[in-house]
Amino acid sequence: MNNVLRIDRLEPLIIPMTALLFALILFAIFITLVGADPFGVFHSIYRGAFGSWFSWQNTLVRAAPLMLTALCTALPARMGLIVIGGEGAFVLGGLCSALTGLMLVGSPAWFAISMMMLAGAITGGLWIAAAGALKYRRGVNETISSLLMNYIAIAVMNFLIIGVLRDPATLNKPSTYPIDEAHMFVDIGNSSIHWGLVVSIVICLLLWFLSRRTVFGYAVDIAGGNERAARIARLPVGFLVLATCFLGGASAGIAGMIEVAAIHGRANTSLNAGYGYEGILIAFLARHNPLLIIPAAILMGGIRAASGLLQRSHDLPDATSLVMQGIIFIVILGSESLYGRFKIFRQQHSSERAVA
Amino acid sequence: MNGDDFSLLSVIIAVLGGAIRVGTPFIFVSLGECLTEKSGRINLGLEGNLVMGAMAGYAISYLSGSPWLGVLVAGLSGAALGLLHAYLCQQPRVNDIAVGIALMILGTGLAFYMGKSFIQPQAPRLGSFSLGSWSDIPALRAALEINVLFIVGIILTPAMAWFFKYSRWGLIVRTVGESTDAALASGFNINAVRMLSTMAGGFLAGVGGSFLSLYYPGSWNEGLSSGQGLMAVALVIFARWNPVNCFYASLLFGGAAALGPALQSVGVTSGYYLFNAAPYVLTLAIMVSTSSNNRVLTGIPGDLVNPGR
Repeated sequence: MNNVLRIDRLEPLIIPMTALLFALILFAIFITLVGADPFGVFHSIYRGAFGSWFSWQNTLVRAAPLMLTALCTALPARMGLIVIGGEGAFVLGGLCSALTGLMLVGSPAWFAISMMMLAGAITGGLWIAAAGALKYRRGVNETISSLLMNYIAIAVMNFLIIGVLRDPATLNKPSTYPIDEAHMFVDIGNSSIHWGLVVSIVICLLLWFLSRRTVFGYAVDIAGGNERAARIARLPVGFLVLATCFLGGASAGIAGMIEVAAIHGRANTSLNAGYGYEGILIAFLARHNPLLIIPAAILMGGIRAASGLLQRSHDLPDATSLVMQGIIFIVILGSESLYGRFKIFRQQHSSERAVA
Repeated sequence: MNGDDFSLLSVIIAVLGGAIRVGTPFIFVSLGECLTEKSGRINLGLEGNLVMGAMAGYAISYLSGSPWLGVLVAGLSGAALGLLHAYLCQQPRVNDIAVGIALMILGTGLAFYMGKSFIQPQAPRLGSFSLGSWSDIPALRAALEINVLFIVGIILTPAMAWFFKYSRWGLIVRTVGESTDAALASGFNINAVRMLSTMAGGFLAGVGGSFLSLYYPGSWNEGLSSGQGLMAVALVIFARWNPVNCFYASLLFGGAAALGPALQSVGVTSGYYLFNAAPYVLTLAIMVSTSSNNRVLTGIPGDLVNPGR
């Protein structure tokens, strides 16, 4: 009974890994077709993403916001809701945390940073919780409403940043006034990685614990699997919908706060850079497991980080990394259909043979 | 004529011109999305088709010298992406929303990659009719430069409405979208119908993209699309899955998009960004006011509400 290596347990590992390999082969074919050397390209991607401490730093900085925006889709997905509003929560979270920072110029750093983070979390959380509430109270499709809310959030941000909140000194790139320099996230040690990465990983771990090791998480899984069973068990379905949406939105809002407090130092229109949409796919790659989101985000952050090196050493356009990401996303999403199709993962159940 | 009247008039003319010029790609993507959704599936990836179509259309027009061949190839590239979407989504447990976003990334990635060398050269553009020659206001003349694709859109709209309402194929598409049980009972091949609908929808979105690169703004670059493909989903809801409404809604969205720059040109420099949100606020308001827990959106294909029912 206590085989450590039960092959059916390996199914969730082997299928995505095989799919990843297949995606890389497809990408290699693409690279060959356009006349470049696939092995050289792979080597450069590896070097640019994970080959040195310098490239690891780049990769991790890019991965941090993706972890949090992925949570915005992953948590509601455990309730059976497909929320794609991470971009809006990210943008508004960043904006409100910058405004909070502006009001707190001169106050102690620990206080200002916590308040900014709180502001980002509450804004993002309420934004996505609104989509959850519309779904629960009125049956409004949460996917579409959260998509529409992205546009509303971006328009509100542009309206405020280009209008009343604009720092007149920022001509080319409209921005708010800068927050206090002392309230910015500093880099860890002498690396170029800011503390936002630590915050992101800690939030992933906390939400993993919440969804896999607590009564709350158990209730969410039941309600996500079968709403009728959840009602019969008297689970507070409405509360669970709001809570998962709030936590997801709060994560994306904190991502926006980190972008402001670690990168720009102010809210500006480049907050709307597509982290929200990439996060949706990372949530699906990780099958909505907050723990697996960490490596999935690092993988995708790495591919983006390598695009500069691809340009320099192979003369490939920077869209190469976009193509690679697209192929990986599509193949792994398609591999969802393979679960349960292979006999090899099933026979072990009945016969309990040791696996060589 | 005093200054205020003049600026009001110029804003109105700009919005009219924008409704036609900016609205044309909306007409194609929204009709495409409408067709796909009528068959019971959402394609969120039309943004990828649009950008791909813009690149393919421009590249082929440049290489062959024929913009119309470009439009055709743009449509075919969109149909190919639609085929991929349909194939993936008919596999069990594959989520159509996620596949749509992934195809958006792949489509734009491929278009940027292959389009790199076409950013500089000037390709032959699509022609247009001047319907404004009776007027002596230059701005109005410019606004009434009507592109052929806009006229194609005018013809396509009632054609699609007729197709859904009266043709046998249209009935099949609606049945598949309304209830898979009914479709199975009638012996229709659900996957085939959805695949063809998604491919045809993708074709239209690709054609819409070619309008961007071959007519307005009229050249290929990576910032060409401002998310018209993603907006198609909102537009179709706004239009209540009705092709004729899709047409009007496209003009409305196009006009709304032109309002900002028009106001800016007459001196209103801030504040109009909030107008950009208006179509979405309106769409959301319609969704909220017309759905409830017992009653779903009127006009929505049944299988989009309860998939696999």
